Amino acid sequence: MANSYYDPADLRKFGKITEWSEELGTKFFDYYGKVFEEGALSAREKSLIALAVAHVVKCPYCIDAYTKDGLQRGITKEEMMEAVHAGAAIESGATLVHGVQMMNKYDKLSM
Amino acid sequence: MEQSILADLKNAAKKSLKARDNELANAKMQLEILNGELFADGELPFFKDKIAETGQFPLRPKKLEILQINVGYMCNQVCNHCHVDAGPDRKEIMTRETMEQCLEVIRNTGAHTLDLTGGAPEMNPDFRWFVEEASKAGIQDFIVRSNLTIMLANKKYNDLPEFFKKHNVHVVSSMPHYTQGKTDKQRGDGVFDKSIKALQMLNEVGYGMPDSKLRLDLVYNPSGAFLPADQAAMEHDFKKALKADFNIDFHNLFAITNLPISRFLDYLIASDNYEDYMYSLVEAYNPAAVENVMCTNTISVSWDGWLYDCDFNQMLDLKVDSKVKHIKDYNDDVLSKRDIIISQHCYGCTAGAGSSCQGTVA
Repeated sequence: MANSYYDPADLRKFGKITEWSEELGTKFFDYYGKVFEEGALSAREKSLIALAVAHVVKCPYCIDAYTKDGLQRGITKEEMMEAVHAGAAIESGATLVHGVQMMNKYDKLSM
Repeated sequence: MEQSILADLKNAAKKSLKARDNELANAKMQLEILNGELFADGELPFFKDKIAETGQFPLRPKKLEILQINVGYMCNQVCNHCHVDAGPDRKEIMTRETMEQCLEVIRNTGAHTLDLTGGAPEMNPDFRWFVEEASKAGIQDFIVRSNLTIMLANKKYNDLPEFFKKHNVHVVSSMPHYTQGKTDKQRGDGVFDKSIKALQMLNEVGYGMPDSKLRLDLVYNPSGAFLPADQAAMEHDFKKALKADFNIDFHNLFAITNLPISRFLDYLIASDNYEDYMYSLVEAYNPAAVENVMCTNTISVSWDGWLYDCDFNQMLDLKVDSKVKHIKDYNDDVLSKRDIIISQHCYGCTAGAGSSCQGTVA
């Protein structure tokens, strides 16, 4: 067994999850492929969303995959960093908005 | 990245592998890597076995359509990804005698396209004479692959747009990105500004304008260890940006995959990207691209007159597998019966929508 939870080479093996559950694996990859096709949003826009989400869910495989995907699509590093900040802002906002709950509770418990 | 690797890559921007006595200047060494453990241990399939799965081995030529002539490896630029290992220090230049032999073939061949490349082909002292003579042969599509900056490298090259126009040359030019940073990183400082100026010069004489018969196409190579995206999408982005920022027009964009040979191979190994890149190429393998891969309709001629299945095989010193191996003995019939020589670099031409000197093929 590897002595680390994350091995960059495992990303290449992602497709192998289908070997242990062909039906669910195939359904997942069909869905995944369909999601990133050109649609009401361009494949380019979806790639940037995926990059932002990859950072928020802190998935190293996804970060590698969508940085490379962005480079392939000619997305600039400025665009990539703005996407990461958009994700980070939502994530920090999600933390901070709970501050209201803290304020509510504080007020309720205080005389 | 480690400092030593950065220093190596920086050094690479100045001199060819050959001038640096780098072991990858040796074609045998490159082939050893391409046949190395990644494939020999069965981790990835050999190209030969991959195309055999769909009954496409051995790869055979179809009708000859393109004669591609490399008139020399000298170039005013030293691009990091160059598969020719071209540069100012390369002295391999086609002589007028070899050009005469080429002209004889050009006049008699059934090929509809003549494609001059280099190095910077314009640096060959007999380049203009050769273009003048070749243009008389009545070839349908006469391409010169220009790196653009040569037009501004010296006063004597400033009139190249007019010269190309006079001989109805189809100009195909490299442009790795529509932003300065990416272009200069791959091709050297100042290359972007000069390329923009050269494109404007070409537009001024009529090249690349929407209804113009003076064809101006751009070539996009990824500036790093990744594959090109959809050619039409890239063309759309390039057109939009170059028009908005610099009022530049061009016709088509060819998206070309970097093949893992020569300086690009050196970069892949130095930056620890070789294995991942080969995986990407093999994963993106597309049997439909094999059907139209450029070696099936092209013959590549080197500066010294030897014949190859493609420009990449030329750089790997893999001469055609035929009794006819030199332009002086050229014979369409004999050459059409050959098997095409392949190795693992060929995955570069069969990835995704495929890749050729004329862009995607599938």
